[in-house]
Amino acid sequence: MTARTLYDKIWDDHVVHEAEDGTCLLYIDRHLVHEVTSPQAFEGLRMTGRKVRAPEKTIAVPDHNVPTTLDRANAATMTEDSRVQVAALDTNAKDFGIHYYPVSDVRQGIVHIVGPEQGWTLPGMTVVCGDSHTATHGAFGSLAHGIGTSEVEHVLATQTLIQRKGKNMKVEITGSLRPGVTAKDITMAVIGETGTAGGTGYVIEYCGQAIRELSMEGRMTVCNMAIEGGARAGLIAPDEKTFAYCMGRPHAPKGAAWEAAVSYWKTLFTEEGAHFDKVVTLKGEDIAPLVTWGTSPEDVLPITAVVPNPADFSGGKVEAVQRALDYMGLIPGQKLSEIAIDTVFIGSCTNGRIEDLRAAAAILKGKKKKDGIRAMVVPGSGLVRAQAEEEGLAQIFIDAGFEWRLAGCSMCLAMNPDQLAPGERCAATSNRNFEGRQGRGGRTHLLSPAMAAAAAITGHLTDVREMMAETV
Amino acid sequence: MEKFNKLTGIAAPMPLVNIDTDMIIPKQFLKTIARTGLGVNLFDEMRYTQDGAEIADFVLNQPAYRSAEILIAGENFGCGSSREHAPWALLDFGIRCVISTSFADIFYNNCFKNGILPIVMPQEVVDTLMADARKGANARQTIDLVEQTVTTSDGQVFPFDVDAHRKHCLLNGLDDIGLTLEKAASIDSFEQRAQAQRPWA
Repeated sequence: MTARTLYDKIWDDHVVHEAEDGTCLLYIDRHLVHEVTSPQAFEGLRMTGRKVRAPEKTIAVPDHNVPTTLDRANAATMTEDSRVQVAALDTNAKDFGIHYYPVSDVRQGIVHIVGPEQGWTLPGMTVVCGDSHTATHGAFGSLAHGIGTSEVEHVLATQTLIQRKGKNMKVEITGSLRPGVTAKDITMAVIGETGTAGGTGYVIEYCGQAIRELSMEGRMTVCNMAIEGGARAGLIAPDEKTFAYCMGRPHAPKGAAWEAAVSYWKTLFTEEGAHFDKVVTLKGEDIAPLVTWGTSPEDVLPITAVVPNPADFSGGKVEAVQRALDYMGLIPGQKLSEIAIDTVFIGSCTNGRIEDLRAAAAILKGKKKKDGIRAMVVPGSGLVRAQAEEEGLAQIFIDAGFEWRLAGCSMCLAMNPDQLAPGERCAATSNRNFEGRQGRGGRTHLLSPAMAAAAAITGHLTDVREMMAETV
Repeated sequence: MEKFNKLTGIAAPMPLVNIDTDMIIPKQFLKTIARTGLGVNLFDEMRYTQDGAEIADFVLNQPAYRSAEILIAGENFGCGSSREHAPWALLDFGIRCVISTSFADIFYNNCFKNGILPIVMPQEVVDTLMADARKGANARQTIDLVEQTVTTSDGQVFPFDVDAHRKHCLLNGLDDIGLTLEKAASIDSFEQRAQAQRPWA
């Protein structure tokens, strides 16, 4: 038998039907749902008299629209259209009998943080959600990707997706990361290397020593941004860290079922000699703390670099870079570490987990944000928030002058009251620096939580390693 | 879903690379619970000033392209967010076909679910179609899905590839869910097998 990749194995175990032309019907183990991309799908079910085929495998949580301010129980904190969308999810969850974490539930949060936290996401599963950052769940060795609303309706009705198999891509990060370098820097470095279309048509398997050395939360950060490199899904083979993370979670198997699950999960790895259609290798030691300077996640450079010149690029990218620099208000040759910022946003499905908050708090402890900077921390879930309060992290943020918010997608995509004003420049731990992403005219620099904390203190993009040296 | 067979229409040139779905339809318009009505906000932040006035030099505001049905776009069109509001907005505006050297996977897939044909062409063909589109409203291009060809206003014909299943669904306006439910027995037996092998899932 031909040696198979991890992706091949998960795929093979979920094919319901394969047509002669290779079009497959793929079974879906977990369907995560949020309020923005689902109302039309539920409406479609109603119009055709269809039911949700597997409500026990369908989990919904509102996250994109919900305000993160402490007064959000007051309906006046939401716009009418946001309120209608969240209310529609409330109704749909009840009418169709699916699992639901409403805004009032302490377990509410960003769908990609809640899924793993509650043990819905497990190795070897297929996981989909009407959200491109579903790639996050690949950290468990589950095949997870974003889908459109028509496909949401298709999965609700049939628990399957019509798919053609993608190609296999291996991204290996050898060696170890240097101090001050994080999972966020790994995933940004890969996108800088491959470009935002480099992964199109592929499923990426991340491997190598630096990936093995990451915690589960770090691995989620890496897989989260696979989509920014064009790959629908990123995967990391499960190991003892994965099993330890899953054990005891509310929806993880228990007892004999746990033992059976682990023995299956241990078969989920790429076999020696399996074929990859594309291979990218980076040295962990070569990765520096990174920031983005432009309006595409591929516009990434070490914090020690300078703003590039459009003339350094070729093809359609020349015009795109000129447009990006105009939009970002930057001049070629300007030092990245001298770019002054107005706002710091720590949160999102990329970096809204407890370890992200610990990393930021470690830099902020005993320090204050620069006067005039707007800074907020938005935990990825109500449980992350509770844990951060218990560990004393919340107090560090508050003492440093940060707003300590409730869980939600917040300023990552600004569908809620958390937005940038035109021209406002933000150091953000989120995943997209597109034009207008955080608010019309808003300027986004993507970076790690520790780098965001450092920028809050100095008021400009800052090499966090300098600050770490100070504290040693 | 509306059928797609043959289309002759105005093609608008949008050479910018990496046009993402946030550009196609910004997030403030995702709060709808309907699929229609998004055309007026297609490319909103490129198309209108903050006050809502039209930006005259944006391609779809130019008289020649206001009723464009085809977009000729730079590489990696539709990257970013999975929002199906992007094809809904294109469709609502009247765009039925997008041609580029490459598309982001999720967007590409979403188009077919909504009666929009995305066509991948080599760079030199996209360059030719882009130049043709720049001639304006009289330079109509023809997309023939049955024959799998694009014809420029001056009669140059270029073939394109499309997945046979997707072509069949577009030509006939078929609903995927209906097709899949015909395979309900296969899904039932898969679930029984999976329940035995992976009961925790």
